Amino acid sequence: MAIQTQRNTRKTYRLARDNVFAALFFGSVVVGVLVLAWLLIEVFVDSIGWLDWQFLTSYSSRYPDQAGILAPIAGTFWVIILTALMTVPVGIATAVYLEEFAPENRVTRLVQLNISNLAGVPSVVYGLLGLAIFVQYLFDGQRSLLAGALTLSLLVMPIVIIASQEAIRAVPPSYRDAAYAMGATRWQVVKMVVLPQAIPSMMSGIILAMSRAIGETAPILVVSSLVFITYVPTSPFDRFTVLPLQIVSWVSQPQDDFRHIAAAAIVILLIMLLTMNAAAIYIRAKFQRRAEY
Amino acid sequence: MATEHGVMGASINLSTPEHQPDDAKGGPTTMSLRIDEAQLARHRSRRNLEQATVLWVLRAAALISILTTIGIVAVLVSQSVGFFQEEVCVLNEGEPIKSCEPGVNGTIQRVGIWDFLTGTKWAPLFKPYRDLGQSFGVIPLLTGTFLVAAVAGVVSLGLGIGAAIYLSEYAPESVRRVIKPVLEVLAGIPTVVYGYFALLTVGPALRFIIGDDNLGTFSALSAGLVMGIMIMPMVTTLSEDAMISVPRSLRDAAYALGATRFEVATKVVVPAALSGIVSSFILAVSRAVGETMIVYLAAGGRPNLTFNPLEAVQAMTAFIVNVALGDTPHGEIEYYTIFVVGLLLFIVTLVMNIMGRLVVQRFRQKYE
Repeated sequence: MAIQTQRNTRKTYRLARDNVFAALFFGSVVVGVLVLAWLLIEVFVDSIGWLDWQFLTSYSSRYPDQAGILAPIAGTFWVIILTALMTVPVGIATAVYLEEFAPENRVTRLVQLNISNLAGVPSVVYGLLGLAIFVQYLFDGQRSLLAGALTLSLLVMPIVIIASQEAIRAVPPSYRDAAYAMGATRWQVVKMVVLPQAIPSMMSGIILAMSRAIGETAPILVVSSLVFITYVPTSPFDRFTVLPLQIVSWVSQPQDDFRHIAAAAIVILLIMLLTMNAAAIYIRAKFQRRAEY
Repeated sequence: MATEHGVMGASINLSTPEHQPDDAKGGPTTMSLRIDEAQLARHRSRRNLEQATVLWVLRAAALISILTTIGIVAVLVSQSVGFFQEEVCVLNEGEPIKSCEPGVNGTIQRVGIWDFLTGTKWAPLFKPYRDLGQSFGVIPLLTGTFLVAAVAGVVSLGLGIGAAIYLSEYAPESVRRVIKPVLEVLAGIPTVVYGYFALLTVGPALRFIIGDDNLGTFSALSAGLVMGIMIMPMVTTLSEDAMISVPRSLRDAAYALGATRFEVATKVVVPAALSGIVSSFILAVSRAVGETMIVYLAAGGRPNLTFNPLEAVQAMTAFIVNVALGDTPHGEIEYYTIFVVGLLLFIVTLVMNIMGRLVVQRFRQKYE
């Protein structure tokens, strides 16, 4: 009898513990989701009343109610286009080389290891690289759009390479074999079989990498510094600002009103990111449906 | 060889438009099998040339990532060498901070590597206070960095592993499919937004809870908590990957013995996936160490040697940004400091990333 009761208590305890921890584990997910909701609500509530047409079409100002984000929006578009122009061809070419051409030897393994290490280098270190090589050495102390874009393109390069490699790896080997069996060279296989198959999924990886570049602050801060810009850049050699930099300078202001325009700028930044992510998801979904077919 | 030519010639003739593929269906004209040796040779050599050119272009592209690494190391090391060659007036031991005069209360000397690594006072005071005693002991920046990262580590470890266990052991597939992308959103939010959140939302909320007297505008705690949320998805995703790859049969064996889900999770799955979990944690903390905007905006801007998370501290990354924003002239020792701190940051994160990878390789449990 005693043993039976003991067993029952033990069992009740174990079941209770199971339920408590089930709640705790679920709780940690809930905390993550709630904090996300808190952050988003906070930003949107703070921006209410400040996000209007005037805000989108004005330059920055000392007076929060007259300030706008025309210059940083233009700067962000400039930087992202320049970055994409430089990163995408080089990133895809590297991925193609590693997946389709590179011999399996120590050098290739080193290149691959190097790429994953680069992905783990803190972004501010890329800023230092850009400051020393591009700003000081290449452009003789001139802080320009091009220097910022070059820095960012080195930063997102590993992400683009890794995403492209995954896309290439997802192309079934049988497709390649079929082309090789017809006497195609490696390059013909890549050009006519692998790339057409892999490009949709590459595109979605590249868009995600670019959305990362849009939100990057530290490297641009180091390369470009905070400047008060009241013009839309017209050449890659102009000085510039981007949305995250504008947000930093407003968040650092003590007056309460700047907090609201910072929130309004964050809303615009989040909308841009959301659009890009939605595009990436859309492309991937469309591609998957075709692949199933 | 002859047969190979024949086959290739035929396939090319069929596929090139000027040979009118209609012929093949059109009737008894078996022209498509005619082998034009000269044309074939031209075609092949052009094809091979194209392939060789492309190969060189691709190799050049792959070289860029190697050059990036070389560039990073070369820049950081060369500028750090510049730093250790500069001569500065260093206040003698125990002197109060005031104007540094060589021979009176300080000495002109180079900053030694050892002094840099073990010194407990970081005061690279900038113009116009140049003649004040400068001190280049990096320890306060290191402790500042790791204090914030430790808070972030605790938060992300607790929440991240809890969430990973829930997703891999408890959640039905439908819930998993909704929750995973939502958590991924946390990882996609720009760090400057987290900086805003830490400084203007979480900071005030914490002050409301524990009192204005105990917590200032800037603190390692608010920065660390928010950073923990930021790196949580990384711990969750990587740990969950490790847990999912634990074979079904191990779980079934435990369930067959009457184990509860909690017992299966903690006594079977977590131990079996431990290498992946530890690795995810190391990688996430390395991310926290290298993160800039949260610590720059919310942790504070003054070097502070403390282990109390309620105080304001300056992290290495925050220092770099701070100086870079000051428009420091190229070639001054202040300019070099950001590179020497950057080099230290680079080495710390590199070591952590390598450790994170080694843990998985060394201690991975192999089944069958």
